[in-house]
Amino acid sequence: MTRYVMVADLRRCVGCQTCTAACKEGNGTPPGVQWRRVLDLEVGTYPDVSRVFVPIGCQHCANPPCMEVCPSTATRQRPDGIITIDEDLCIGCSYCIMACPYDARSLVEEPHYAFGDTPTEAEAARRRKNLVGVASKCNFCVGRIDAGTARGLVPGQDPEATPLCVNACISGALSFGDIDDPDGPVARLLAENRWFRLKEREGTDPGFYYIWDKGTL
Amino acid sequence: MNTSNATGRQQNSGVALASRRQRYWDLRAAGNFIGGGSGTGLIVAAAVAATSGTPFRVPLLLGLALIAAGLTLVWLEIGKPWRALHVFFQPRTSWMTREGIVASVMIPFGVVAAAAANPALTWLTAVLAVGFLYCQARILRAARAIVAWRQKEIVGLILAAGLAEGFALALIVGLRGGIGLGLAVAAGLAREFAWHRYCAALRREPGAAASLAVFGAPVPRRLAFVQRVGLALIAAALIVSLAGVSGTAIDAASAVLAIGGGALLALTSWGMKALLITRAAFTGALIVPVTPIRGARPESAADGKAPALVQRHAR
Repeated sequence: MTRYVMVADLRRCVGCQTCTAACKEGNGTPPGVQWRRVLDLEVGTYPDVSRVFVPIGCQHCANPPCMEVCPSTATRQRPDGIITIDEDLCIGCSYCIMACPYDARSLVEEPHYAFGDTPTEAEAARRRKNLVGVASKCNFCVGRIDAGTARGLVPGQDPEATPLCVNACISGALSFGDIDDPDGPVARLLAENRWFRLKEREGTDPGFYYIWDKGTL
Repeated sequence: MNTSNATGRQQNSGVALASRRQRYWDLRAAGNFIGGGSGTGLIVAAAVAATSGTPFRVPLLLGLALIAAGLTLVWLEIGKPWRALHVFFQPRTSWMTREGIVASVMIPFGVVAAAAANPALTWLTAVLAVGFLYCQARILRAARAIVAWRQKEIVGLILAAGLAEGFALALIVGLRGGIGLGLAVAAGLAREFAWHRYCAALRREPGAAASLAVFGAPVPRRLAFVQRVGLALIAAALIVSLAGVSGTAIDAASAVLAIGGGALLALTSWGMKALLITRAAFTGALIVPVTPIRGARPESAADGKAPALVQRHAR
């Protein structure tokens, strides 16, 4: 079996938001919608204060609450674990947004643009009309994965088959790959480091891992 | 995303990011839960009236109209209204699909029951209506991101509140006999019990501070008080009815008590539902259990604990 997961090494992330920008650029999301976000956090109390950056987005859960509630079957889970939204089926009821414990989904009701009522040249070239009025979220750049694997490329190792945010990460904080491949980079990273996942108690079995220290669990 | 309006910060397990109010379901969604609850209560009251030989067409049709109005409000809210039929695609897991299926069966049954003035069909409609209301309650329960909705006690609250609202409205449309008054008082008390049970569950939930703050604000507290006044007025009318005293003035006073109490009970319960769906609906806090260890290892890293984390901003 294959299960694609994302790994964020919190020790490496510098909060540059390049992943956010790459995602917006590549996926043509409207203003206000960020499929890949980086939380900017402040730790401690003055004068012992530091910053922590936590990339978040859809966790591609093995037990996704969003899919369970979706009345239209627009939200689906692929055999490789990726959760997708069929924009042509979604009715825009926002129920999945209410069910996602990770605040990973968005919905824009009207098309709007970064500057005024008309799209810029870049927005016009990249905008996706079918994202208006429906739920949207990170899909691990599933189109790149499918196109890449069809050419024999390996997601997470070959950039052309890897999510844009991972390719763009300047510090190597983001990794992607098949967690069920014991020799793959993702499995090795998780075996050699201490990690956590968000909201484990929800029982969603998220596919987004956060490395915070060296050593095994 | 700017979360400067976030609330509900907690620091009990090391790190927690503030919750925020949901902004996708507004008064139109609240209208569905209001119409569904009140409509169900009216239909059940109509079924009881049909059994006792009382005219029941008006409460039955009004109940169906309220449910249909609620569904119409939701239809106006969804992003792709012309794809509304897609709502029927997931009966296996989605309570929203089940709500739609039950409604699509119940409303035709109800119309036929009203046209034929048939008590048996009216009871069948009432059973379907209760099923519809149960689906609505489970819709909220399944919304796991929203702390105020995901409590298991929400199911009893939505059921009891809906019946209380409907029985209260039934008093206004004429079902003011002893049974009608008794049902309204019983449902009102059940709603009070369910509300206290629900609030107790919220108080046990670490991430529910923001929702509790909304319910504890002056306006909701006044709503709760007025609701109890309404319930007391209906109870007074019931006592008059049970005492068996009659007379033009007494009957008129009893009617005023029942109608006034019913109106207060229904309106305030609607208000509380609107608050529940819109103002009190906060996401759960996002807990980051540990923070990264960079460079020299602080002492706190030895046991895997991190210092308290305060969110400055999130982009």
